[in-house]
Amino acid sequence: MPFTYNTPAQQAEMLQAIGAGSIDELFQSIPAEMQLGRPLNIPPALGELELTSHMQELARQNTDITQSACFLGAGSYDHFVPAVIDTLASRGEFYTSYTPYQPEVSQGNLQVMFEYQTLICQLTGMDVSNASLYDGGSATVEAMLMACSITRRHTKVIVLESVHPEYRQIIETYFKTIGTQVVTISDPSQLPEELDEATAAVLVQSPNFFGNVEDLSTLAEQVHDAGALLVCSVDPISLGILKRPGDAGVDIVVAEGQSLGTPLLYGGPYLGIMACREKFVRRLPGRIAGQTVDQHGNRCWVLTLQTREQHIRREKATSNICTNQGLFALRAAIYLSVMGPSGMRDVANLCLQKAHYAQQQLTSLDRFEAVTDQPFFKEFVVRDKHGDVSGLLEKAEDFNILAGVPLGKWYPQYEDCLLIAVTEKRTRDEIDQLVEVLGS
Amino acid sequence: MNAEALLYCDTHEWVFVTDEDGQQIATVGISAFAVEQLTDLVYMELPTVGAAVTGGEEFGEVESVKAVSALYSPVSGTVIEVNEGLPDNLDILNSDPYSAGWIMKVKVDGALPANLLDYDAYQRQCGESG
Repeated sequence: MPFTYNTPAQQAEMLQAIGAGSIDELFQSIPAEMQLGRPLNIPPALGELELTSHMQELARQNTDITQSACFLGAGSYDHFVPAVIDTLASRGEFYTSYTPYQPEVSQGNLQVMFEYQTLICQLTGMDVSNASLYDGGSATVEAMLMACSITRRHTKVIVLESVHPEYRQIIETYFKTIGTQVVTISDPSQLPEELDEATAAVLVQSPNFFGNVEDLSTLAEQVHDAGALLVCSVDPISLGILKRPGDAGVDIVVAEGQSLGTPLLYGGPYLGIMACREKFVRRLPGRIAGQTVDQHGNRCWVLTLQTREQHIRREKATSNICTNQGLFALRAAIYLSVMGPSGMRDVANLCLQKAHYAQQQLTSLDRFEAVTDQPFFKEFVVRDKHGDVSGLLEKAEDFNILAGVPLGKWYPQYEDCLLIAVTEKRTRDEIDQLVEVLGS
Repeated sequence: MNAEALLYCDTHEWVFVTDEDGQQIATVGISAFAVEQLTDLVYMELPTVGAAVTGGEEFGEVESVKAVSALYSPVSGTVIEVNEGLPDNLDILNSDPYSAGWIMKVKVDGALPANLLDYDAYQRQCGESG
């Protein structure tokens, strides 16, 4: 990206145009004690050649997952991204289009959104999907807000502690300001005593943050008996083999869609997936592409149900979200099309088998034990009986293994535990090496 | 119901009040003028039975192809009945907004608000805004 600076002559011209004598005069409305009063403490400017080598030197200190075996998960996963995704998604028609929503000029993009929505509905077992939101966390809070609006209950929601801790933080941030109480429970068995007629929704994640599969059907029954809605955050890859949330009675499904064809990208931008029952469609935030016919009777696509949205409905809109994550929705649509139902089953099954092999190997060592016997999908928790999680991670790094995510940061009771994710990309050799290094 | 016998809000809802054993029951709908202005109706959200409504405040909403509009209650009280079938047959509002197109019935608390308009006054208002 070019850096365009302005010359002293240009600065003088701009100052003259706005009637300020100098830069100092321009900033005089800022109180003196708030001003730095000295130049920034940075080294002098480098020439282009020196700057290029300096940046290259810094870049060499980086590592990425092409140089390591990645067992990190916790919401972002190192799944395989077929080359066709970059090839198609980097086409200029997709890559450079900005707010591609006008039907007159955006049939290709609108068709992609419509097909993405169709694929998400098939994957989740829901009736309608929006054209995507920003990421899994923001989709989750939007779903909880949506549930409050549907049930017209604005005082209380219940969240399981096994939901991604950062998603729970986002919910707390939003709900603190609107005065809705967020009750966190550590186990589904506590649900009956907390569920009441003031509860708008219950949020569960399955597979949950620890990788364990939750009993969605039982939860759905309890939640519906109280007149509340069940919101479920899922791992889309797991739906290759697990029962679809729509078939288990979930009302609103959300997901982080990064696993569907988007690399880790150091944490984002990612893709927020959101789908619901048809009867809730008018409360669904974000864009929705619909299929219709033009004046000649040809099939075409438009944005639909726009009266929900901010640009028409202003302060009464379902949400202040007026856009979608188009490029990543496109990647997800290509990924799901390329994989197809059998490909999704294969990748899910590979994750499942490899994760179980890794878990069995690790827990067969004296040093490690499982923390639960609940079924898991591609991610699991092991406790280090020696209580030296950071030592383990450092040792593994020496062997170019990113061994897992330490849980103590979010869960004090799991201070001595590692969360380990195993995707289809991990080879048997890599898993065996992980076990050997951690066990040695 | 005869349009001329109804009272109206300046927000285009109508209300018809009957006396049942000393309790005022208000039937509420929206005027033919409102339906015409909204154009093609696609969706209506009814209040829930048992909900409290307040005169001048929202109790539901109606959506047309061009906008979503709030429905404002002419009276304060408790919703005792809603026209369940209406949202699936919004055409009724075009043909019969004052009878079959009723939206809710409310057990009225206290006296009726003083600012309700009679038919002539409402027609004058529509003439001015239309």
